[in-house]
Amino acid sequence: MVKLILKDATFSYGRNIALQSVNFETRAGELLGIIGPNGSGKTTLLKGMAGLLPAIKGNVMFDSMNITRVERRIIAKKIALVPQNAVLPDLFTALEIVLMGRTPHLGLLGYESEKDIHIALEAMDITRTVHLAQRRVNEISGGEKQRLIIARALAQEAEILLLDEPTANLDINYQIEVFHVLDKLCVDNNLTVVAALHDLNLACQFCHRLVMLKDRLIYKQGTPAEVISSSTIKEVFDANVHVYPHPVNSLPVAYVTSNMEINKAKNLQWIV
Amino acid sequence: MEFKIASENVLAKESKQYRFSLYKVLIAIGGFSFALFCAILISSAFGSSNIPFHSILSLLLSPVSFTGAENISPASISTIVFQVRLPRIIMSGLVGAALGVAGAAYQGMFRNPLADPYLTGISQGAALGAVVGFILPFNVPAALIPVLSFISAIVCVFVVYSIARVGNTLPMTTLILAGVAIGAFLASLTSYLIITSGDRAHGIIFWLLGTFSLADWWQVSIMTPYILLGIIIICLYARPLNVMQLDEDQARQLGINTEKVKLVILSAATIATAAAVCFCGIIGFIGIIVPHLVRILFGPDYRLLLPLSALTGAILLIVADTISRTMLSPSEIPVGIITAIIGVPFFLYVLRTRKKAVF
Repeated sequence: MVKLILKDATFSYGRNIALQSVNFETRAGELLGIIGPNGSGKTTLLKGMAGLLPAIKGNVMFDSMNITRVERRIIAKKIALVPQNAVLPDLFTALEIVLMGRTPHLGLLGYESEKDIHIALEAMDITRTVHLAQRRVNEISGGEKQRLIIARALAQEAEILLLDEPTANLDINYQIEVFHVLDKLCVDNNLTVVAALHDLNLACQFCHRLVMLKDRLIYKQGTPAEVISSSTIKEVFDANVHVYPHPVNSLPVAYVTSNMEINKAKNLQWIV
Repeated sequence: MEFKIASENVLAKESKQYRFSLYKVLIAIGGFSFALFCAILISSAFGSSNIPFHSILSLLLSPVSFTGAENISPASISTIVFQVRLPRIIMSGLVGAALGVAGAAYQGMFRNPLADPYLTGISQGAALGAVVGFILPFNVPAALIPVLSFISAIVCVFVVYSIARVGNTLPMTTLILAGVAIGAFLASLTSYLIITSGDRAHGIIFWLLGTFSLADWWQVSIMTPYILLGIIIICLYARPLNVMQLDEDQARQLGINTEKVKLVILSAATIATAAAVCFCGIIGFIGIIVPHLVRILFGPDYRLLLPLSALTGAILLIVADTISRTMLSPSEIPVGIITAIIGVPFFLYVLRTRKKAVF
């Protein structure tokens, strides 16, 4: 299984440093969550890990080679990325979009074999999009497009899956289903999954390890129980939440309460 | 995996439907090749003296046992068809194919429905080279004009490419802007040279509007390898062009070396287009309307779009050239005017009615 190691990696867009001195490595069979406020560098980290953004300092090692020196086709066979708000060309059909995931596996003329088509359709089945196969992209909804992009990444049959807000446009049932699929891929196929997430509770429930970013630096990394607490969330997100153990599995759950309700509770306490 | 819910039957049905759409490629290419053959046949029949189709057909199929047609000797027909019309038809077909494929490739590479083969300033470069050839104080052999035009076109695209390049990347927006800027600069130089060229202006303008009147087998034999090479290379990059319809980051993530693809497409399209325009002048609209026409009929898949753009470009330009040389026979209208007269209304029609389905 291929492994990504980030050694003191710093990424920038032009002169603006987007992420500084990142050190960590992926582990096979692990679902790793990247959390942090807007602009903290989650997307940058995923782009850096996919080799789309070269590190200006330090490096990203792909199987003990600097990722910038590895051919894109070889990287694409091992690493798949689900980007955030990806643009899809309107006139292609859903199946054609998913089949694009087979690109690194195809020959010179770029025609898919029966096996390639079968792999793409299976990936669509997993993301519940088979019924859209012959529909054009401009005829399907935002959430369905998101599931297509996840299917395309699955069709790549990569060993490392990088996902940027994979559940952003999805209903709660699909959010849970996507994470069940990812979890199963980690456990059964020993895949490495790295997902940038805004939903802290989903992150706590499904991720084996979390990397928390703040101000373009890694603030903390560890298991959800080690990373998520009222104080770290206050520190990183500047948000008041209450963190309690989940009643079923004891994993941390962040509860949001509106200020009005907090005041009410305080008043009640005072009255009592 | 337990998450799979669709039955094997459903998957097999979808798979079959998709594979049928791939067979469509072969059927369409076969059909369009037949249409091209018909266009060649019809075009060979029309001209200052019309020759019956069956005579053309028997001449093409068995030139040795050909017995001629009414009132025209076999030798005359053979000369008209083989020495006058066919080189011109083959040349217009090759140029149409080159412009159709280069236009489709550029529209895909730039992800811009208004892209055409001349976007990188190649036509203005070719025109300047040719005009310089026309106005040189000593008598330049006619064969040298295409050479000057070809070299000037290639140099122009190389300058545009060098200006547009940022580090190791070639951003599409800077390439377009550099192409437009250099093109405008060269166009003004060309205009100045035409104004000061005196009585040679008529010949220059005729050339600039595009014409196949000088076509012969020698020219065809020189342009053919360049154009075929360009078309074959571009067609081999159909799959990367499909994936690049996403965005560059997605394409790279899917294993496409986008910078290499851009360089190869730019080089192949430049060689094919330069080889085409240096012999016959600037023929407009084929490169922009043909890919749109094919896209409307067969969808956006470049594996189909590129070969069909070649065939459709060839057919349309053969038809346009046939009209250009027969409409006011024995005098001729530059074919560039005919393609624009057909092309503009069609383009406006496409723009108005199929905005959403075109790109």
